[in-house]
Amino acid sequence: MTIPAGVLAALSAIVGPGWVRQSDAELETYAGDGLPTHRSRPGAVVIPGTREEVIRIVRELASHSIPFVARGAGTGLSGGALASDDAVLVVLTRLTRILEVDPANRLAVVEPGVVNVRLSAAAAPHGLHYAPDPSSQTVCTIGGNVAENAGGPHCLKYGVTTNHVLELEVVLPDGGVATLGSRNGEPWGPDLVGLFVGSEGLFGIATRITVRLTPVPTAVRTLLADFAALRTAGEAVSAIIRSGLVPAALEMMDRNCIGVVEASIYAAGYPTDAAAVLLVELDGADEGAVAAECAEVELLLRESGARTVRVARDEAERTRLWQGRKKAFGALGRLSSDLVVQDTVVPRSALPDVLEQLEAIGNELGINVANVFHAGDGNLHPNMAFDGSDEAAVERVERASAAIMKVCVAAGGTITGEHGVGSDKRRYMSLMFDADTLGAMHAVRLVFDPAEISNPGKVLPAHACREWKMGVAS
Amino acid sequence: MTIVHRIRSLVGTDAVLETDGTGLPRVAPRSEEEAALVLRTASEAGWRVRVEGARRWSPDDAPADLALTTQRLSEITFLDPADLVATAQAGVAWDDLRGALADQGAWAALDPPGTGRSVGSVVATATAGPLRGGFGNVRDHVLGLTLVTGDGRVVRPGGRVVKNVAGFDLAKLATGSFGAFGVVTSVTLRLRAVPRADMTLVATGTRDGLLGAARRILGAGITPGALELVAPAAAQAADWALAIRLIGADAEVQATRNAVGGAAALGFAELPAHESARLWSDILAGAESGPTTVRLGTLPSALDDALDLVAHHLPEAWLSATVGSGTIRWSGDTTHDRVKLLRHQAAQQEIPLTLERAPWPMRESLGHFGAYREGVGRLVGQLRRAFDPHGTLVVPVDAVA
Ligand SMILES: Cc1cc2nc3c(=O)[nH]c(=O)nc-3n(C[C@H](O)[C@H](O)[C@H](O)COP(=O)(O)OP(=O)(O)OC[C@H]3O[C@@H](n4cnc5c(N)ncnc54)[C@H](O)[C@@H]3O)c2cc1C
Repeated sequence: MTIPAGVLAALSAIVGPGWVRQSDAELETYAGDGLPTHRSRPGAVVIPGTREEVIRIVRELASHSIPFVARGAGTGLSGGALASDDAVLVVLTRLTRILEVDPANRLAVVEPGVVNVRLSAAAAPHGLHYAPDPSSQTVCTIGGNVAENAGGPHCLKYGVTTNHVLELEVVLPDGGVATLGSRNGEPWGPDLVGLFVGSEGLFGIATRITVRLTPVPTAVRTLLADFAALRTAGEAVSAIIRSGLVPAALEMMDRNCIGVVEASIYAAGYPTDAAAVLLVELDGADEGAVAAECAEVELLLRESGARTVRVARDEAERTRLWQGRKKAFGALGRLSSDLVVQDTVVPRSALPDVLEQLEAIGNELGINVANVFHAGDGNLHPNMAFDGSDEAAVERVERASAAIMKVCVAAGGTITGEHGVGSDKRRYMSLMFDADTLGAMHAVRLVFDPAEISNPGKVLPAHACREWKMGVAS
Repeated sequence: MTIVHRIRSLVGTDAVLETDGTGLPRVAPRSEEEAALVLRTASEAGWRVRVEGARRWSPDDAPADLALTTQRLSEITFLDPADLVATAQAGVAWDDLRGALADQGAWAALDPPGTGRSVGSVVATATAGPLRGGFGNVRDHVLGLTLVTGDGRVVRPGGRVVKNVAGFDLAKLATGSFGAFGVVTSVTLRLRAVPRADMTLVATGTRDGLLGAARRILGAGITPGALELVAPAAAQAADWALAIRLIGADAEVQATRNAVGGAAALGFAELPAHESARLWSDILAGAESGPTTVRLGTLPSALDDALDLVAHHLPEAWLSATVGSGTIRWSGDTTHDRVKLLRHQAAQQEIPLTLERAPWPMRESLGHFGAYREGVGRLVGQLRRAFDPHGTLVVPVDAVA
């Protein structure tokens, strides 16, 4: 099915003809996001320049019951921003204004297309930054972060996106506008901001986002520890969490990941014979206090069996240590034509066991599983490089993913910690939630979007939701 | 069959407690399943159910056909001190939870106002205390929960891990909803290790002087665990007080103490441990010193105006403001009309007023939240119909038009 010509003409009239894309070649560039296993070409692409245009677009589409999908930078890793050929992709990358930075109240108001790192840059002159820092922060948008409830390395100490969003202006799927929350974080009624964050584009399009800003820590220490066994590294993570120290970041890379990073242009000097390395960052406002915590962490790491512990002596060394971590996905992506970045969470105390189980899954299926992840949160990212044109390889990767989900849920964890469910993980939702809980989620979706035209076919596994009829008990 | 008989036949005779003076039956389910059975039956039969925790913040004065108390849902069902996560049933007393956590070296960075509160009540009302400024609101500590909906379905959003984006965040919807969508029967909280250093500083002075000092502290990039401006009636003193709580590792707390002194340009007294514990528990207890407690949310920079507004409309009584989050809490004795007018005036300045505690007639006519912003009322109404299709739960969320 394609989009009716009359609707395309109406969209052109709203945004100007230059901002509607409909040729095959143009649509093909929007057929994928960061998830390599799914592709889908939208029926049309429209790129509004103002929030008013977004409202008019949604009204136009809603009046014809045409589905639509919001899209930020398209870096999502769960296929959330994919649209089918009967749907219109609404790309928000022209809505890039930072509307306000209010240092006295530590908040900022932005349009959804603002790139994450730009907001921190704008706040920097006031000694503030936007704390959630996904590894994709140089490209991903705040709107996409809100929709996915994105995390990042420093979310261990500072919290994920939902902990930083105060107020949202939302264009509802019927074209109505609602302002959720308030600038001070005290909701007018139930917490609809909390409900909207992480709703993956199914509740409408966020057009104005008010976020909390956080003081930039002035004292920072970064340590690298390496371990002869994966289990010992996992135990070191538990020891640090238990100690009561709250590192700003606590990241782990395993042997497979270290090898790939060190063989790439992003080599950071990680020891290639290690089973795992831990990157620990401590921060605060006082040099002496952070140095004292750093010494304590160093001791904990050694006691937990680290072979060596290195403390970055200067900013250059710190940047280098982080570069390996930040570019790990890039390096892994060069191994093969495709890369699946998995995303699960387990209780932190379960890390030693689960890491061994994941290794076993890789061995059994003959897949190189490389782990680079937010260990302090128990948020795993098992990565699998493969050739997407090799059907057998794709199937092995799918089997490994399913096995990883089961292991993590069985350990008390979840199927996604920050990348979302999207198209990719609907099939695993019933591992986590029973039919009534899924039914409740579906009922909430219907409140926001009774016609189910905003990002249809995502998040909820339709068949597994027990039906909830509005106003009538079943 | 009377309601009491129906309930007895459903969940057993011993699950029905003595009725109160009004003859209202009170059922105390021992499990989520029993709570679900009761609510399903009530929803089908068209009974109106009042949900009770410790009966401190929702007084037991709402008219209903049946009271459902969480008092027998009183177990801490999971506590992992290594992972710093715990699950408590709704009827667990907050103080008991705190004690059980402390025994294991763990701590929930929440200090709910009031006394004798239950876990379910704290979560349902989202009443965070002074620590909100440093550690976030109740919602920021809840990893998952169990909600038995108005029509008796058991919904379990979230989980036991500290990061989780699987599905919609219905735990946020339930937290702070005053039970509008169902009974919160169990809550999983994110914990921290018991702080190594916990220091309290106090200065007294005029409201404006102390507020200025508090703003300078925030402006210097310092975020104390608590930064609380306490009115004379609440401080039981002639002057206002600024109470600061610094929490963290020893060196960090010492360094912050020095930074606070420098930024505030004000002399602080450091309280010994027993006095600081008393100070904070007095502040919390005061939040229920009158029959009514309201909460207003403003911005740190607009706190003076908001405090003026409160002083203009409400009698001088217990009042305390969490400066970092811009939250004002007032408790005292006042009339329906005064709160209504204050809410109206506050709304014009974009300040939401939440009625946290009040005698039934005021709760009923003003609603916990009152008027919403554009577009929100319809969403809330429909969400309520989805979770409580027959209006079984007696929860006045909106103002009576
Ligand atoms: C190399 C790499 C590293 C990454 N690292 C991290 C990481 O550390 N942490 C992490 O959490 N994620 C990470 N990601 C995933 C991704 O960057 C995040 O999910 C990000 O939040 C997506 O933002 P986006 O602008 O690209 O959104 P898109 O991919 O364009 O969209 C994502 C979803 O958001 C919806 N959406 C977009 N804008 C709006 C809006 N304004 N209103 C409503 N819905 C909207 C879309 O419909 C879609 O469902 C990484 C991705 C890559 C490629």
